[in-house]
Parts: sequence; C-alpha cells; structure tokens
Amino acid sequence: MLLLQVIVGGLLLGAIYALFSSGLTLIWGMMNVINFAHGEFVMLGMYVALLVVVWIGGGPETFGFAAAFALFALGVCVYLSLIRHVMRGPMLAQILSTFGLALLLRYTAFWIFSANFVSLPQTSFSGTLNVAGILLPVPQLVAGVVAAALTIALHLLLTRTTLGSQLLAVAEDRSASMLMGIRPDRMQAIAWGLAGASAGIAGALMAMSYPWSPSVGETFGLTAFVVVTLGGFGSVPGAMYAGLIIGLVQALSAYWLGPIYKDIIVYALFAALLWLRPQGLMGKA
Amino acid sequence: MKWGLLALASALLIYPFILTGPFYWDVGVTFLLAAISASAWNIVGGYAGQVSVGHSMFFGIGAYVPLLFYQLWGWPPVAGVPAGIVVSLLLAVAIGLPTFRLQGHYFSMATIAIAELIRIFVGTWDLVGAAIGLQGPAVGRAWWDLTFRSELPYYYIFLAVLGVVLYTTYELARSRFGYYLRAIKAGERAARSLGVPVRQTKLKALMLSATFTSVAGSLYAIKTGFIDPESGFGILVSVQMVIIAALGGAGTLLGPLVGALILVPLQTATNTFFGGGGSGLTYILYGGMIVLLARFEPGGMHELWDRIAPRLPRRSHAA
Repeated sequence: MLLLQVIVGGLLLGAIYALFSSGLTLIWGMMNVINFAHGEFVMLGMYVALLVVVWIGGGPETFGFAAAFALFALGVCVYLSLIRHVMRGPMLAQILSTFGLALLLRYTAFWIFSANFVSLPQTSFSGTLNVAGILLPVPQLVAGVVAAALTIALHLLLTRTTLGSQLLAVAEDRSASMLMGIRPDRMQAIAWGLAGASAGIAGALMAMSYPWSPSVGETFGLTAFVVVTLGGFGSVPGAMYAGLIIGLVQALSAYWLGPIYKDIIVYALFAALLWLRPQGLMGKA
Repeated sequence: MKWGLLALASALLIYPFILTGPFYWDVGVTFLLAAISASAWNIVGGYAGQVSVGHSMFFGIGAYVPLLFYQLWGWPPVAGVPAGIVVSLLLAVAIGLPTFRLQGHYFSMATIAIAELIRIFVGTWDLVGAAIGLQGPAVGRAWWDLTFRSELPYYYIFLAVLGVVLYTTYELARSRFGYYLRAIKAGERAARSLGVPVRQTKLKALMLSATFTSVAGSLYAIKTGFIDPESGFGILVSVQMVIIAALGGAGTLLGPLVGALILVPLQTATNTFFGGGGSGLTYILYGGMIVLLARFEPGGMHELWDRIAPRLPRRSHAA
C-alpha cells in the first residue's frame, strides 16, 4: 500500500514537472533557444505566491493567477529586451544571455529573500484524503490535477486554436509565416509569455505543499532539461509523458534508495539518455 | 603584436617585485589561476564554439585526485596530477562522444547536468570526504609537497603553466587543427562538406581543454591545501571560466587574459567592499555583466577594441 502511495505521489509531482517543462520545450521547439533561467522562473512563481498570501491574503486561486500573470509578463519582457536581440547571433551570446539571467535572478532572490527555506501558510486546500487506503494530501492532489489539466490545455491551445497554428507556423518557417500576415515577433513574445506562465503556475502549485529557498531554481531547471530531453525537444505531449516518468522515477528512487539519491538517479538517467536516445521518446532525430 | 607580447610577459614576470606583499601576490596568483582556467575553457568554448557550462567537472577532478592521493596513500599531491588528467580525459570522451554527434545546445546542457551530477555525487561519497571535502598536507614534509608559506613560488609556478597553455593555444590556432576549429565554429555543416572531420576535431579540442582545466584544478588544490564539492565542482567555478573568456573575447589568444585582468581586481574590490566571499552581490554583478555582455558586446573586449582602435588618433591598432 505504501508503494502505491509513493507511485501516486510521484505521478502528482510529475504532472507539475510536465507543466513547467512544456514551457521550456515550447520555446526550444519554436526558436531553437534554450532558457537556462527556466528553473528560476519556477522559483519566482513560488515567491510571487508567498508575497500575494502575505500582502493581500488571497487563496490558491488568487496567487495562482498572480503567479501566471507576473511570469507571463516577465517572459515577454525577457524576450523583447534580450532574446530577440541575441537569438540570431552567435551561440555563445544565446547561451550566455539566459545563463546570466539565471544567475541574476537566483542571486537577487537570495539577496531579497535570504537563503532560508520558507513555506506558505496553510491554504484552503488542506487535510488528507483517504482513497481506498491510499493517503493523499489534498494540496498535492489539487496541484497535480490542475497541472495535468493545464498541460493538456496548452497542448490543445497549440493544436486546436488559431493562435496555436500561428505559433506553430512561425516555428515551421519564419519568413513564410510573415508572408501569411503573421508577426513572428509577436508570436515569439507570446510563446515566451506562455512559457513563463507555465513555470509561474507550476511554482505556485508546488508552493502549496513544499518549502523552498532561492536555490530550488537550479534543481528545477535541470529537471526541466531532463524532462525535455526525455520527451523530445519541442514536443508538449512528450514533456507530459516524460514529466510523469521523471516524477515516478524520483519517487521510487527516494523510496528504495533514500532521498539523497533521487536527483542523482535522474541526472544519471539523463546521461544514459544522451548516449542511447538523444532525440528523446517522442522526438525526431 | 610581438613587442606587445614581450611587454606583457615581462610585466607579469616583474609584477611581484613592483607590487610587493602577500595581498598583491595573492591577487596575482588568483589572476593567474583564473587566466589558466579561462584559457583552457577557451580552446573548446571559444575556438571551437562548443559552449561548455560545466567545465567545473574537470577542474574538480583535477583538484580532488591529488588530495585523494595524499589522503589515501600519503603521496605528495603533485603525484596525483597525471591521474587527475587521465580521469578528466576519460570523462571528456564519455561526454564528447554522444553529444558531439548532435549540433547546438546538447553539449551545453549535457555539461551542466553532468557537472551537477558529479557535484551531488561527490557530496555524498565518503571516500572523497562527502560534503566536508579533502585536505592536503598541513605542513610540508619536503619541497615536493609544494606547501610554501609565501605566495611567491606559487606565482611563478602558475605563470609557467599559463605560459605553456597560451603557447599551446597559439601553436594550435596557427595549425591546420586551428583552422578546423574555426571552420566548425563558423558552420558545422559547411565545415563537414569541405572535409573537416567534425566530431573528431571537437572531441580533440574538448580533451585538450579538459587536460588544462584539470591541471588548473590541481594547482588550486595544491596551493589551497583543501577542496570541497562547492569549490571544486560548483556551478560558479564554471561560470567564472565562461565569463572571463567571454569578457576578454572568446576564441582569441589573449581574451581570457584580458578578461581575468578586468574581473579579478573587480572581484577583489567587491569582496573587500561588501565583505566576505559569500556575498551574493558579487554573483548578482556577475549575472548582470553576463547578460549585458551577451546583449551588447558578445565578442567581448576584443571586438570592442577592434571597433574603437581605428578611430583612435595617431597610429592605428596593428592587427
């Protein structure tokens, strides 16, 4: 029974990994830029949630939306002020720009919020649900289900709406999409906004049940790389499956080997993946 | 160019006699170590254009293995330097073989993830001191332990190593291999179509870079007599190599030297000013500098100079 509980817990966390990783994979697939600051976006989402609770006293609905809007805005700003100018430049500039941004955000957060771990006060989602002997903490259950729903919604947005077609058109062929009357700059800004929002909401969802400090961004960023590599670059459904798998692998290795091994196993999996199947599960070679 | 190099070399040689005292010597040693590491990174990150953001893995291995030799068998740390190089080379091959099949960001992502994997792993491994780290000989048993009270011997040892690294890079850049590297950087597909053995060349560049980075790590550990996961494998170790090379001009011979000449005094100043090396402000400054550099001057000081020099009055910059 305990094993089953570990599995469900892993899948619920995996759904959140899927959500923020789908933002990273979207940007990668659309403009071949990798955002080394993506984990820091997740971390900022957590602090936005904290600030909203402390200052305004809102519940999960309020801080979830606040984190989404704040990080959407940040994503758009980062694109317009930085990425737009470096994305067709030398690769060194591309990598340095988001890498430097990661350092800047991480250590500014250290400076403002200190290195101490913080957690949210209990929200309206609390308590534990007992489903056929499996104990499910309500905040984790809500977070996992919402994250899964939003990841699917992002996939539907990309595949079923006009906006999605426009985004994919820019990814496919920038100049051809311009001839069709699409503004690539605007679409790419929206993609960065969506990526930021996915990270922000994921952060707010995790803030409901886990304590954190400014250093978590590094871990989440690397987790997102592993998920995106496993799922295949640019594939949102791939990120969905891969996120669930990584969540499961982490939970099981923490259960069988001990908590300190959960990250080691995931990174080792990443190294093995680079050798065996670098294009990922759903990716094209 | 030749006279400039000569002037630079003599300036570095007589520096400890112009600015005397432990403080200036320590700054000098820090500068040389930073220049060595960044020059080593420059071979694969600058010349070949394969941006590694996890070079701390080679630095850390180079730092750990000598002190491990001392801790396990009581050997002088210097004896562990070749072993550190061998381990670094094996790791370079293990990373290079799979990632160099692919283009683009794979290599960057693989390096950052594997450096992090090693850092966490070393932090839990009791043989290498886990989170506490390893120590070298507290008091030197003989000269071959290389534990000097004064900074001066270290200064000249480091200077000699820097000379070797820069001379190798210089010869490399002039050789056919150097042209291969630049061709790959300019466009991998075009380079391959012209018959450049792309994967092999990238792998060789990474191996050479790993060797020198490993030596830099060994020098650090032997001088400091102490190493822990964060100072060996921490992400900031990699960051420093990248920012110094990029600041001066990645893919140029003296870029890393110029970058270190700017960054190390700046770092010393901020540390003195804000107090303590743990101050986050230094890293905020690093982050901000990297972003601005990438946005406005990705070629570093080298390209800036090339743009400014022709406009200067009197004699123009000799290329």
